[in-house]
Amino acid sequence: MTDTPDSRDTVWVEHEALIDRVPRWVAMLALAVVVVAIWDLATARMGWVSPIILPSPGETLEDLIFVGKNLLTGGYMLEALWTTTRTVFWAFLLATGIGFSLGVLVGETKFGERAVMPYLVAIDTMPKVAFAPLFIAWLGFDIASKVALAAFIATFPIVVSTAAGLYSASENERMLFKAMGASRLQTLMRLKLPNGLPHIFTGLKIAAVGVMAGAITGEFLGGGRGFGALIRQSASQMDTPRVFALILYLSLLGLALFFTVAWLQKRLVFWNKANQPIGAA
Amino acid sequence: MAMAEPRARIPETAAPARPIYEIERLSKTYANNRLVALQDVHLTLRKGEFVSVVGSSGCGKSTLLKIMSGLLPPTRGRVVLDGRPVTGPRPDIGMMFQQATLLPWKTTIENIVLPIEIREGRAAAKAALPRAQALLSLVGLGDFARVFPGELSGGMAQRASICRMLISEPAVLLLDEPFSALDELTRDFMNMELQRICAEQEATAFLVTHSLAEAVILSDRVLVMKPRPGRVVEEIVIDLPRPRTLEMINTPKFGQIVGHIRDLLGKEAHQ
Ligand SMILES: Nc1ncnc2c1ncn2[C@@H]1O[C@H](COP(=O)(O)OP(=O)(O)O)[C@@H](O)[C@H]1O
Ligand SMILES: [Mg+2]
Repeated sequence: MTDTPDSRDTVWVEHEALIDRVPRWVAMLALAVVVVAIWDLATARMGWVSPIILPSPGETLEDLIFVGKNLLTGGYMLEALWTTTRTVFWAFLLATGIGFSLGVLVGETKFGERAVMPYLVAIDTMPKVAFAPLFIAWLGFDIASKVALAAFIATFPIVVSTAAGLYSASENERMLFKAMGASRLQTLMRLKLPNGLPHIFTGLKIAAVGVMAGAITGEFLGGGRGFGALIRQSASQMDTPRVFALILYLSLLGLALFFTVAWLQKRLVFWNKANQPIGAA
Repeated sequence: MAMAEPRARIPETAAPARPIYEIERLSKTYANNRLVALQDVHLTLRKGEFVSVVGSSGCGKSTLLKIMSGLLPPTRGRVVLDGRPVTGPRPDIGMMFQQATLLPWKTTIENIVLPIEIREGRAAAKAALPRAQALLSLVGLGDFARVFPGELSGGMAQRASICRMLISEPAVLLLDEPFSALDELTRDFMNMELQRICAEQEATAFLVTHSLAEAVILSDRVLVMKPRPGRVVEEIVIDLPRPRTLEMINTPKFGQIVGHIRDLLGKEAHQ
Protein backbone atom coordinates (compact mmCIF):
# COMPACT_ATOMS: atom_id res chain seq x y z
CA MET A 1 0.00 0.00 0.00
CA THR A 2 3.02 2.27 0.32
CA ASP A 3 3.27 2.82 -3.40
CA THR A 4 -0.32 3.99 -3.68
CA PRO A 5 0.04 7.44 -5.24
CA ASP A 6 -2.98 8.94 -3.59
CA SER A 7 -4.37 8.00 -0.24
CA ARG A 8 -7.90 8.47 -1.64
CA ASP A 9 -7.34 5.40 -3.81
CA THR A 10 -6.87 3.27 -0.75
CA VAL A 11 -9.91 1.15 -0.15
CA TRP A 12 -10.74 -0.84 2.89
CA VAL A 13 -10.20 -4.45 1.94
CA GLU A 14 -10.53 -7.62 3.87
CA HIS A 15 -7.28 -9.46 4.49
CA GLU A 16 -7.56 -13.19 4.72
CA ALA A 17 -5.98 -14.53 7.88
CA LEU A 18 -2.85 -16.62 7.30
CA ILE A 19 -4.48 -19.79 8.64
CA ASP A 20 -7.29 -19.42 6.07
CA ARG A 21 -4.80 -19.40 3.23
CA VAL A 22 -2.97 -22.56 4.31
CA PRO A 23 -4.38 -25.78 2.80
CA ARG A 24 -5.80 -28.13 5.37
CA TRP A 25 -3.35 -30.97 4.75
CA VAL A 26 -0.41 -28.61 5.29
CA ALA A 27 -1.87 -27.49 8.63
CA MET A 28 -2.47 -31.10 9.69
CA LEU A 29 1.01 -32.18 8.65
CA ALA A 30 2.59 -29.25 10.47
CA LEU A 31 0.76 -30.12 13.68
CA ALA A 32 1.80 -33.78 13.36
CA VAL A 33 5.46 -32.81 12.86
CA VAL A 34 5.39 -30.57 15.93
CA VAL A 35 3.71 -33.20 18.10
CA VAL A 36 6.07 -35.97 17.00
CA ALA A 37 9.07 -33.68 17.55
CA ILE A 38 8.02 -32.91 21.13
CA TRP A 39 7.22 -36.58 21.67
CA ASP A 40 10.65 -37.56 20.39
CA LEU A 41 12.30 -34.92 22.58
CA ALA A 42 10.50 -36.10 25.69
CA THR A 43 11.25 -39.81 25.17
CA ALA A 44 14.27 -40.74 23.00
CA ARG A 45 16.33 -37.51 23.31
CA MET A 46 15.86 -36.30 26.87
CA GLY A 47 14.40 -39.36 28.58
CA TRP A 48 11.87 -37.32 30.55
CA VAL A 49 9.32 -40.08 30.26
CA SER A 50 9.98 -43.75 30.88
CA PRO A 51 9.63 -45.97 27.75
CA ILE A 52 7.18 -48.21 29.63
CA ILE A 53 4.79 -45.30 30.01
CA LEU A 54 5.41 -43.70 26.63
CA PRO A 55 7.59 -45.35 23.95
CA SER A 56 9.56 -43.13 21.62
CA PRO A 57 8.26 -42.41 18.10
CA GLY A 58 11.01 -44.60 16.71
CA GLU A 59 9.99 -47.62 18.78
CA THR A 60 6.36 -47.07 17.94
CA LEU A 61 7.20 -46.88 14.25
CA GLU A 62 9.12 -50.13 14.48
CA ASP A 63 6.14 -51.83 16.04
CA LEU A 64 3.81 -50.21 13.52
CA ILE A 65 5.89 -51.76 10.76
CA PHE A 66 6.01 -55.10 12.53
CA VAL A 67 2.27 -55.23 13.08
CA GLY A 68 1.69 -53.92 9.55
CA LYS A 69 3.78 -56.75 8.11
CA ASN A 70 1.93 -59.30 10.20
CA LEU A 71 -1.39 -57.91 8.98
CA LEU A 72 -0.29 -57.83 5.35
CA THR A 73 1.15 -61.33 5.38
CA GLY A 74 -2.01 -62.75 6.90
CA GLY A 75 -0.54 -63.50 10.32
CA TYR A 76 -2.34 -64.06 13.59
CA MET A 77 -2.93 -60.33 13.98
CA LEU A 78 -4.87 -60.20 10.74
CA GLU A 79 -7.01 -63.02 12.08
CA ALA A 80 -7.60 -61.00 15.26
CA LEU A 81 -8.48 -57.88 13.26
CA TRP A 82 -10.85 -59.94 11.14
CA THR A 83 -12.55 -61.26 14.28
CA THR A 84 -13.02 -57.72 15.60
CA THR A 85 -14.21 -56.51 12.20
CA ARG A 86 -16.85 -59.22 12.12
CA THR A 87 -17.92 -58.34 15.65
CA VAL A 88 -18.21 -54.66 14.77
CA PHE A 89 -20.04 -55.39 11.52
CA TRP A 90 -22.68 -57.65 13.06
CA ALA A 91 -23.10 -55.41 16.08
CA PHE A 92 -23.61 -52.36 13.90
CA LEU A 93 -26.10 -54.21 11.72
CA LEU A 94 -27.97 -55.50 14.76
CA ALA A 95 -27.99 -52.08 16.45
CA THR A 96 -29.23 -50.44 13.25
CA GLY A 97 -32.03 -52.97 12.81
CA ILE A 98 -33.22 -52.96 16.41
CA GLY A 99 -32.59 -49.24 16.95
CA PHE A 100 -34.41 -48.25 13.79
CA SER A 101 -37.39 -50.50 14.54
CA LEU A 102 -37.70 -49.21 18.09
CA GLY A 103 -37.23 -45.66 16.83
CA VAL A 104 -40.14 -46.06 14.42
CA LEU A 105 -42.24 -47.58 17.20
CA VAL A 106 -41.44 -44.67 19.51
CA GLY A 107 -41.66 -41.95 16.88
CA GLU A 108 -44.75 -43.19 15.09
CA THR A 109 -47.04 -44.67 17.74
CA LYS A 110 -48.52 -43.24 20.91
CA PHE A 111 -47.90 -46.60 22.58
CA GLY A 112 -44.22 -46.41 21.78
CA GLU A 113 -43.93 -42.81 22.86
CA ARG A 114 -45.83 -43.24 26.14
CA ALA A 115 -45.09 -46.84 27.19
CA VAL A 116 -41.82 -47.90 25.55
CA MET A 117 -39.77 -44.71 25.59
CA PRO A 118 -39.61 -44.27 29.39
CA TYR A 119 -38.10 -47.74 29.75
CA LEU A 120 -35.59 -47.04 27.00
CA VAL A 121 -34.54 -43.81 28.71
CA ALA A 122 -34.18 -45.68 32.00
CA ILE A 123 -31.99 -48.38 30.44
CA ASP A 124 -29.99 -45.77 28.52
CA THR A 125 -28.94 -44.05 31.72
CA MET A 126 -27.41 -47.25 33.05
CA PRO A 127 -23.69 -47.86 32.54
CA LYS A 128 -24.17 -50.38 29.76
CA VAL A 129 -20.68 -51.85 30.04
CA ALA A 130 -21.80 -53.24 33.41
CA PHE A 131 -23.93 -55.72 31.46
CA ALA A 132 -20.82 -57.31 29.91
CA PRO A 133 -20.53 -60.16 32.46
CA LEU A 134 -24.17 -61.02 31.86
CA PHE A 135 -23.71 -61.19 28.09
CA ILE A 136 -20.65 -63.40 28.61
CA ALA A 137 -22.60 -65.65 30.96
CA TRP A 138 -25.46 -65.90 28.50
CA LEU A 139 -23.56 -66.12 25.22
CA GLY A 140 -20.13 -67.44 26.15
CA PHE A 141 -16.62 -66.27 25.25
CA ASP A 142 -17.12 -66.39 21.50
CA ILE A 143 -17.92 -63.30 19.45
CA ALA A 144 -21.65 -63.50 20.17
CA SER A 145 -21.27 -61.93 23.62
CA LYS A 146 -19.13 -59.10 22.19
CA VAL A 147 -21.61 -58.50 19.38
CA ALA A 148 -24.38 -58.30 21.97
CA LEU A 149 -22.55 -55.80 24.18
CA ALA A 150 -21.49 -53.60 21.27
CA ALA A 151 -24.99 -53.65 19.77
CA PHE A 152 -26.52 -52.94 23.17
CA ILE A 153 -24.38 -49.81 23.53
CA ALA A 154 -24.99 -48.60 19.96
CA THR A 155 -28.75 -49.18 19.80
CA PHE A 156 -29.89 -46.25 21.93
CA PRO A 157 -28.52 -43.36 19.88
CA ILE A 158 -30.22 -44.88 16.82
CA VAL A 159 -33.57 -45.18 18.63
CA VAL A 160 -33.45 -41.58 19.79
CA SER A 161 -32.29 -40.14 16.49
CA THR A 162 -34.83 -42.14 14.47
CA ALA A 163 -37.69 -40.98 16.69
CA ALA A 164 -36.44 -37.39 16.56
CA GLY A 165 -36.13 -37.67 12.78
CA LEU A 166 -39.73 -38.82 12.43
CA TYR A 167 -40.94 -35.95 14.65
CA SER A 168 -39.01 -33.42 12.62
CA ALA A 169 -41.44 -33.17 9.69
CA SER A 170 -42.97 -29.70 9.82
CA GLU A 171 -46.63 -28.91 10.43
CA ASN A 172 -46.86 -27.62 6.85
CA GLU A 173 -45.52 -30.86 5.44
CA ARG A 174 -47.90 -32.95 7.52
CA MET A 175 -50.82 -30.79 6.40
CA LEU A 176 -49.74 -31.14 2.78
CA PHE A 177 -49.76 -34.94 3.06
CA LYS A 178 -53.09 -34.88 4.84
CA ALA A 179 -54.56 -32.69 2.12
CA MET A 180 -53.32 -35.16 -0.50
CA GLY A 181 -55.17 -37.92 1.34
CA ALA A 182 -51.96 -39.79 2.19
CA SER A 183 -52.29 -42.86 4.40
CA ARG A 184 -50.28 -43.17 7.59
CA LEU A 185 -47.86 -45.56 5.91
CA GLN A 186 -47.47 -43.22 2.93
CA THR A 187 -46.80 -40.28 5.22
CA LEU A 188 -44.20 -42.34 7.04
CA MET A 189 -42.46 -43.63 3.94
CA ARG A 190 -42.67 -40.61 1.67
CA LEU A 191 -42.37 -37.80 4.21
CA LYS A 192 -41.26 -38.61 7.72
CA LEU A 193 -38.51 -41.12 6.92
CA PRO A 194 -36.77 -39.21 4.14
CA ASN A 195 -37.19 -36.01 6.12
CA GLY A 196 -35.68 -37.68 9.19
CA LEU A 197 -32.62 -39.10 7.40
CA PRO A 198 -30.25 -36.33 8.52
CA HIS A 199 -31.18 -37.07 12.14
CA ILE A 200 -30.96 -40.82 11.62
CA PHE A 201 -27.48 -40.54 10.18
CA THR A 202 -26.34 -38.48 13.14
CA GLY A 203 -27.46 -41.39 15.32
CA LEU A 204 -25.71 -43.92 13.05
CA LYS A 205 -22.42 -42.01 13.36
CA ILE A 206 -22.67 -41.99 17.14
CA ALA A 207 -23.51 -45.70 16.98
CA ALA A 208 -20.45 -46.37 14.78
CA VAL A 209 -18.25 -44.95 17.52
CA GLY A 210 -20.18 -46.81 20.23
CA VAL A 211 -20.00 -50.14 18.47
CA MET A 212 -16.19 -49.92 18.34
CA ALA A 213 -15.97 -49.10 22.03
CA GLY A 214 -18.40 -51.91 22.84
CA ALA A 215 -16.57 -54.51 20.79
CA ILE A 216 -13.17 -53.72 22.31
CA THR A 217 -14.57 -53.54 25.84
CA GLY A 218 -16.17 -56.94 25.25
CA GLU A 219 -12.86 -58.35 24.08
CA PHE A 220 -11.04 -56.90 27.08
CA LEU A 221 -13.51 -58.44 29.48
CA GLY A 222 -14.44 -61.61 27.67
CA GLY A 223 -11.18 -62.65 26.07
CA GLY A 224 -11.52 -64.44 22.75
CA ARG A 225 -9.45 -63.93 19.60
CA GLY A 226 -10.10 -60.29 18.78
CA PHE A 227 -7.84 -57.27 18.57
CA GLY A 228 -8.92 -56.23 22.06
CA ALA A 229 -7.45 -59.44 23.47
CA LEU A 230 -4.17 -58.75 21.66
CA ILE A 231 -4.03 -55.25 23.11
CA ARG A 232 -4.70 -56.52 26.61
CA GLN A 233 -2.07 -59.20 26.23
CA SER A 234 0.57 -56.71 25.08
CA ALA A 235 -0.36 -54.32 27.83
CA SER A 236 0.02 -56.99 30.50
CA GLN A 237 3.52 -57.64 29.14
CA MET A 238 4.30 -53.92 29.45
CA ASP A 239 4.86 -53.88 25.67
CA THR A 240 3.66 -50.29 25.33
CA PRO A 241 4.95 -49.68 21.77
CA ARG A 242 2.96 -52.72 20.62
CA VAL A 243 -0.16 -51.41 22.35
CA PHE A 244 0.26 -48.07 20.60
CA ALA A 245 0.72 -49.74 17.23
CA LEU A 246 -2.31 -52.01 17.72
CA ILE A 247 -4.51 -49.08 18.75
CA LEU A 248 -3.49 -47.15 15.65
CA TYR A 249 -4.44 -50.03 13.38
CA LEU A 250 -7.65 -50.53 15.30
CA SER A 251 -8.57 -46.91 14.79
CA LEU A 252 -8.44 -47.57 11.04
CA LEU A 253 -11.34 -49.97 11.49
CA GLY A 254 -13.33 -47.33 13.36
CA LEU A 255 -12.54 -44.73 10.71
CA ALA A 256 -13.57 -47.10 7.94
CA LEU A 257 -16.95 -47.69 9.59
CA PHE A 258 -17.48 -44.01 10.33
CA PHE A 259 -16.62 -42.89 6.84
CA THR A 260 -18.77 -45.60 5.24
CA VAL A 261 -21.71 -44.14 7.17
CA ALA A 262 -20.69 -40.58 6.25
CA TRP A 263 -20.37 -41.57 2.59
CA LEU A 264 -23.80 -43.18 2.63
CA GLN A 265 -25.22 -40.07 4.24
CA LYS A 266 -23.77 -37.89 1.54
CA ARG A 267 -25.33 -40.11 -1.12
CA LEU A 268 -28.75 -40.40 0.49
CA VAL A 269 -29.14 -36.95 2.04
CA PHE A 270 -27.78 -35.08 -0.95
CA TRP A 271 -30.41 -32.35 -0.64
CA ASN A 272 -29.61 -31.32 2.92
CA LYS A 273 -27.21 -28.42 2.39
CA ALA A 274 -28.07 -26.37 5.44
CA ASN A 275 -31.21 -28.11 6.58
CA GLN A 276 -33.27 -25.13 5.55
CA PRO A 277 -36.99 -25.33 4.90
CA ILE A 278 -37.58 -24.97 1.20
CA GLY A 279 -39.69 -22.07 -0.04
CA ALA A 280 -39.43 -20.11 3.19
CA ALA A 281 -38.63 -16.56 2.35
CA MET B 1 -46.61 -10.97 -20.41
CA ALA B 2 -49.39 -12.00 -22.77
CA MET B 3 -52.73 -11.81 -21.08
CA ALA B 4 -55.16 -14.59 -21.77
CA GLU B 5 -58.58 -13.71 -23.11
CA PRO B 6 -60.74 -13.01 -20.09
CA ARG B 7 -63.74 -15.21 -19.71
CA ALA B 8 -67.12 -13.95 -18.64
CA ARG B 9 -67.17 -13.59 -14.90
CA ILE B 10 -70.22 -11.51 -14.31
CA PRO B 11 -72.19 -13.40 -11.73
CA GLU B 12 -74.65 -10.55 -11.15
CA THR B 13 -75.80 -9.50 -14.64
CA ALA B 14 -75.58 -12.59 -16.85
CA ALA B 15 -77.30 -15.83 -15.99
CA PRO B 16 -75.69 -16.67 -12.62
CA ALA B 17 -73.22 -19.51 -12.81
CA ARG B 18 -74.21 -22.56 -10.82
CA PRO B 19 -73.19 -22.71 -7.16
CA ILE B 20 -70.31 -25.12 -6.68
CA TYR B 21 -69.43 -24.64 -3.01
CA GLU B 22 -72.12 -24.24 -0.40
CA ILE B 23 -71.36 -23.54 3.24
CA GLU B 24 -74.23 -23.26 5.67
CA ARG B 25 -74.35 -22.32 9.34
CA LEU B 26 -70.75 -23.31 9.78
CA SER B 27 -69.39 -23.06 13.31
CA LYS B 28 -66.11 -24.13 14.86
CA THR B 29 -65.06 -23.97 18.46
CA TYR B 30 -61.60 -24.74 19.78
CA ALA B 31 -60.28 -25.52 23.25
CA ASN B 32 -63.27 -27.42 24.58
CA ASN B 33 -65.84 -24.94 23.31
CA ARG B 34 -64.17 -22.00 24.97
CA LEU B 35 -62.86 -20.35 21.83
CA VAL B 36 -65.40 -19.70 19.09
CA ALA B 37 -63.28 -19.52 15.95
CA LEU B 38 -66.22 -19.45 13.52
CA GLN B 39 -69.89 -18.74 14.08
CA ASP B 40 -72.71 -19.27 11.58
CA VAL B 41 -70.74 -18.71 8.42
CA HIS B 42 -72.83 -18.85 5.25
CA LEU B 43 -71.25 -18.62 1.89
CA THR B 44 -71.69 -19.78 -1.67
CA LEU B 45 -69.09 -19.92 -4.41
CA ARG B 46 -70.26 -20.04 -7.99
CA LYS B 47 -68.39 -21.80 -10.77
CA GLY B 48 -65.53 -19.67 -12.07
CA GLU B 49 -65.78 -17.07 -9.34
CA PHE B 50 -62.85 -15.53 -7.48
CA VAL B 51 -63.74 -14.71 -3.90
CA SER B 52 -61.44 -13.36 -1.20
CA VAL B 53 -61.72 -13.21 2.56
CA VAL B 54 -60.06 -10.40 4.47
CA GLY B 55 -59.92 -9.92 8.20
CA SER B 56 -57.54 -9.28 11.01
CA SER B 57 -55.13 -11.96 12.15
CA GLY B 58 -56.80 -14.60 14.30
CA CYS B 59 -60.34 -14.00 13.06
CA GLY B 60 -60.70 -17.55 11.77
CA LYS B 61 -59.73 -17.30 8.10
CA SER B 62 -57.40 -20.29 8.14
CA THR B 63 -59.89 -22.28 10.19
CA LEU B 64 -62.56 -21.60 7.57
CA LEU B 65 -60.25 -22.71 4.79
CA LYS B 66 -59.18 -25.87 6.60
CA ILE B 67 -62.79 -26.86 7.17
CA MET B 68 -63.67 -26.13 3.55
CA SER B 69 -60.78 -28.34 2.42
CA GLY B 70 -61.75 -31.20 4.71
CA LEU B 71 -58.58 -30.93 6.80
CA LEU B 72 -60.58 -30.05 9.90
CA PRO B 73 -64.05 -31.18 10.90
CA PRO B 74 -66.54 -28.41 11.70
CA THR B 75 -68.28 -28.29 15.07
CA ARG B 76 -71.55 -27.57 13.34
CA GLY B 77 -72.76 -26.86 9.83
CA ARG B 78 -72.62 -28.14 6.29
CA VAL B 79 -69.95 -27.93 3.63
CA VAL B 80 -71.03 -29.18 0.22
CA LEU B 81 -68.81 -29.20 -2.87
CA ASP B 82 -70.23 -30.16 -6.23
CA GLY B 83 -73.28 -31.71 -4.59
CA ARG B 84 -71.29 -33.94 -2.22
CA PRO B 85 -70.62 -33.10 1.43
CA VAL B 86 -66.98 -32.55 2.31
CA THR B 87 -65.99 -35.08 4.97
CA GLY B 88 -62.25 -35.21 4.43
CA PRO B 89 -59.51 -34.25 1.98
CA ARG B 90 -60.61 -34.66 -1.64
CA PRO B 91 -58.77 -34.63 -4.94
CA ASP B 92 -61.15 -32.04 -6.37
CA ILE B 93 -60.03 -29.52 -3.74
CA GLY B 94 -56.73 -27.77 -4.43
CA MET B 95 -54.90 -26.23 -1.48
CA MET B 96 -52.09 -23.76 -1.30
CA PHE B 97 -50.44 -22.40 1.84
CA GLN B 98 -48.15 -19.56 2.75
CA GLN B 99 -45.15 -21.86 2.52
CA ALA B 100 -44.49 -23.68 -0.74
CA THR B 101 -43.49 -26.83 1.17
CA LEU B 102 -41.75 -28.67 -1.66
CA LEU B 103 -39.98 -31.88 -0.67
CA PRO B 104 -36.26 -31.13 -1.05
CA TRP B 105 -35.34 -34.70 -2.02
CA LYS B 106 -37.62 -34.69 -5.05
CA THR B 107 -37.08 -32.68 -8.22
CA THR B 108 -39.52 -29.90 -9.00
CA ILE B 109 -41.49 -32.04 -11.44
CA GLU B 110 -41.57 -34.99 -9.01
CA ASN B 111 -42.98 -32.63 -6.40
CA ILE B 112 -45.69 -31.60 -8.81
CA VAL B 113 -46.86 -35.13 -9.53
CA LEU B 114 -46.67 -36.03 -5.82
CA PRO B 115 -50.47 -35.76 -5.30
CA ILE B 116 -50.95 -38.23 -8.16
CA GLU B 117 -48.27 -40.52 -6.75
CA ILE B 118 -49.98 -40.53 -3.36
CA ARG B 119 -53.49 -41.09 -4.69
CA GLU B 120 -52.93 -43.30 -7.71
CA GLY B 121 -49.41 -44.71 -7.42
CA ARG B 122 -46.10 -44.36 -9.19
CA ALA B 123 -47.27 -45.49 -12.60
CA ALA B 124 -49.99 -42.83 -12.71
CA ALA B 125 -47.49 -40.25 -11.50
CA LYS B 126 -45.17 -41.19 -14.32
CA ALA B 127 -47.99 -40.88 -16.81
CA ALA B 128 -48.77 -37.41 -15.46
CA LEU B 129 -45.24 -36.08 -16.12
CA PRO B 130 -46.07 -34.50 -19.51
CA ARG B 131 -49.01 -32.72 -17.92
CA ALA B 132 -46.76 -31.52 -15.08
CA GLN B 133 -44.28 -30.24 -17.65
CA ALA B 134 -47.05 -28.31 -19.39
CA LEU B 135 -48.11 -26.77 -16.07
CA LEU B 136 -44.52 -25.78 -15.32
CA SER B 137 -44.36 -24.04 -18.68
CA LEU B 138 -47.66 -22.33 -17.85
CA VAL B 139 -46.04 -20.69 -14.81
CA GLY B 140 -42.74 -20.01 -16.56
CA LEU B 141 -40.76 -22.80 -14.93
CA GLY B 142 -40.46 -24.98 -18.03
CA ASP B 143 -36.67 -25.22 -17.72
CA PHE B 144 -36.69 -26.06 -14.02
CA ALA B 145 -38.43 -29.43 -14.06
CA ARG B 146 -35.33 -31.47 -13.13
CA VAL B 147 -33.97 -28.96 -10.64
CA PHE B 148 -34.20 -29.63 -6.91
CA PRO B 149 -36.32 -27.15 -4.94
CA GLY B 150 -33.29 -25.97 -2.96
CA GLU B 151 -32.25 -24.09 -6.07
CA LEU B 152 -35.56 -22.31 -6.61
CA SER B 153 -36.25 -18.80 -5.31
CA GLY B 154 -39.21 -18.19 -3.02
CA GLY B 155 -41.39 -16.99 -5.91
CA MET B 156 -40.40 -19.92 -8.11
CA ALA B 157 -41.15 -22.37 -5.29
CA GLN B 158 -44.62 -20.88 -4.87
CA ARG B 159 -45.22 -21.13 -8.62
CA ALA B 160 -44.20 -24.78 -8.45
CA SER B 161 -46.68 -25.29 -5.62
CA ILE B 162 -49.38 -23.76 -7.83
CA CYS B 163 -48.58 -26.48 -10.36
CA ARG B 164 -48.78 -29.16 -7.66
CA MET B 165 -52.22 -27.83 -6.75
CA LEU B 166 -53.38 -27.81 -10.38
CA ILE B 167 -52.11 -31.28 -11.34
CA SER B 168 -55.16 -32.97 -9.80
CA GLU B 169 -57.44 -30.69 -11.83
CA PRO B 170 -59.33 -29.49 -8.74
CA ALA B 171 -62.79 -27.96 -9.00
CA VAL B 172 -61.87 -25.25 -6.52
CA LEU B 173 -58.65 -23.64 -5.38
CA LEU B 174 -58.33 -22.75 -1.71
CA LEU B 175 -55.47 -20.32 -1.12
CA ASP B 176 -54.31 -19.39 2.37
CA GLU B 177 -52.17 -16.25 2.10
CA PRO B 178 -50.18 -17.92 -0.66
CA PHE B 179 -47.88 -15.01 -1.46
CA SER B 180 -47.56 -13.27 1.86
CA ALA B 181 -44.06 -14.62 2.44
CA LEU B 182 -42.85 -13.08 -0.82
CA ASP B 183 -41.47 -9.59 -1.38
CA GLU B 184 -43.87 -7.00 -2.75
CA LEU B 185 -42.63 -6.96 -6.35
CA THR B 186 -42.73 -10.74 -6.62
CA ARG B 187 -46.11 -10.72 -4.97
CA ASP B 188 -47.65 -8.30 -7.50
CA PHE B 189 -46.27 -10.42 -10.29
CA MET B 190 -47.56 -13.62 -8.72
CA ASN B 191 -51.02 -12.12 -8.32
CA MET B 192 -51.19 -11.33 -12.02
CA GLU B 193 -49.95 -14.84 -12.75
CA LEU B 194 -52.64 -16.24 -10.50
CA GLN B 195 -55.30 -14.25 -12.34
CA ARG B 196 -54.05 -15.51 -15.68
CA ILE B 197 -53.87 -19.12 -14.50
CA CYS B 198 -57.36 -18.97 -13.01
CA ALA B 199 -58.66 -17.54 -16.29
CA GLU B 200 -56.96 -20.22 -18.36
CA GLN B 201 -58.07 -23.04 -16.09
CA GLU B 202 -61.53 -21.53 -15.52
CA ALA B 203 -60.88 -22.13 -11.87
CA THR B 204 -63.08 -21.29 -8.93
CA ALA B 205 -60.86 -19.70 -6.32
CA PHE B 206 -61.17 -18.76 -2.67
CA LEU B 207 -58.35 -16.61 -1.34
CA VAL B 208 -57.50 -15.75 2.24
CA THR B 209 -55.36 -12.66 2.58
CA HIS B 210 -54.71 -9.75 4.85
CA SER B 211 -53.77 -7.49 1.95
CA LEU B 212 -56.80 -5.45 0.91
CA ALA B 213 -55.21 -4.42 -2.39
CA GLU B 214 -54.52 -8.06 -3.24
CA ALA B 215 -58.10 -9.04 -2.42
CA VAL B 216 -59.61 -6.24 -4.49
CA ILE B 217 -57.38 -6.63 -7.55
CA LEU B 218 -58.09 -10.36 -7.83
CA SER B 219 -61.67 -10.84 -6.69
CA ASP B 220 -65.22 -10.72 -7.93
CA ARG B 221 -66.34 -10.50 -4.33
CA VAL B 222 -64.56 -9.71 -1.08
CA LEU B 223 -65.87 -11.04 2.21
CA VAL B 224 -65.00 -9.13 5.35
CA MET B 225 -64.59 -11.19 8.49
CA LYS B 226 -64.88 -10.02 12.06
CA PRO B 227 -63.17 -11.78 14.97
CA ARG B 228 -64.41 -13.23 18.25
CA PRO B 229 -66.53 -14.95 17.21
CA GLY B 230 -65.26 -15.22 13.64
CA ARG B 231 -68.00 -14.46 11.14
CA VAL B 232 -68.57 -12.83 7.76
CA VAL B 233 -70.00 -9.36 8.31
CA GLU B 234 -69.95 -7.82 4.86
CA GLU B 235 -69.73 -8.76 1.21
CA ILE B 236 -68.39 -6.30 -1.33
CA VAL B 237 -68.83 -6.90 -5.05
CA ILE B 238 -65.82 -5.67 -6.99
CA ASP B 239 -67.10 -4.43 -10.35
CA LEU B 240 -63.75 -3.52 -11.86
CA PRO B 241 -63.43 -4.77 -15.46
CA ARG B 242 -61.39 -7.87 -16.28
CA PRO B 243 -58.63 -8.60 -16.91
CA ARG B 244 -57.37 -6.64 -13.96
CA THR B 245 -54.03 -4.87 -14.29
CA LEU B 246 -51.62 -3.49 -11.75
CA GLU B 247 -52.32 0.01 -13.10
CA MET B 248 -55.85 -0.23 -11.73
CA ILE B 249 -54.40 0.03 -8.25
CA ASN B 250 -53.79 3.71 -8.93
CA THR B 251 -57.33 4.51 -10.09
CA PRO B 252 -59.69 6.47 -7.81
CA LYS B 253 -62.27 3.73 -7.98
CA PHE B 254 -59.82 1.13 -6.67
CA GLY B 255 -58.83 3.50 -3.90
CA GLN B 256 -62.49 3.98 -3.00
CA ILE B 257 -63.14 0.26 -2.71
CA VAL B 258 -60.05 -0.38 -0.62
CA GLY B 259 -60.93 2.59 1.57
CA HIS B 260 -64.42 1.28 2.08
CA ILE B 261 -63.14 -2.14 3.17
CA ARG B 262 -60.55 -0.56 5.42
CA ASP B 263 -63.31 1.47 7.09
CA LEU B 264 -65.31 -1.69 7.67
CA LEU B 265 -62.33 -3.46 9.18
CA GLY B 266 -61.34 -0.45 11.23
CA LYS B 267 -64.84 -0.14 12.62
CA GLU B 268 -64.72 -3.78 13.67
CA ALA B 269 -61.32 -3.37 15.21
CA HIS B 270 -62.54 -0.55 17.45
CA GLN B 271 -65.56 -2.34 18.76
N1 LIG C 1 -55.72 -25.93 16.65
C1 LIG C 1 -56.19 -24.88 17.36
N2 LIG C 1 -56.48 -25.03 18.67
C2 LIG C 1 -56.95 -23.99 19.40
N3 LIG C 1 -57.15 -22.77 18.90
C3 LIG C 1 -56.87 -22.55 17.60
C4 LIG C 1 -56.37 -23.59 16.76
N4 LIG C 1 -56.18 -23.08 15.52
C5 LIG C 1 -56.55 -21.79 15.58
N5 LIG C 1 -56.97 -21.47 16.82
C6 LIG C 1 -57.48 -20.16 17.24
O1 LIG C 1 -58.60 -19.86 16.46
C7 LIG C 1 -58.59 -18.50 16.08
C8 LIG C 1 -58.62 -18.39 14.58
O2 LIG C 1 -57.41 -18.87 14.07
P1 LIG C 1 -57.08 -18.86 12.50
O3 LIG C 1 -58.18 -19.54 11.79
O4 LIG C 1 -55.72 -19.42 12.31
O5 LIG C 1 -57.07 -17.30 12.18
P2 LIG C 1 -56.49 -16.50 10.93
O6 LIG C 1 -56.10 -17.45 9.88
O7 LIG C 1 -57.59 -15.60 10.51
O8 LIG C 1 -55.34 -15.70 11.43
C9 LIG C 1 -57.35 -17.88 16.70
O9 LIG C 1 -57.76 -17.22 17.89
C10 LIG C 1 -56.48 -19.05 16.99
O10 LIG C 1 -55.68 -18.80 18.11
MG1 LIG D 1 -54.16 -17.80 8.97
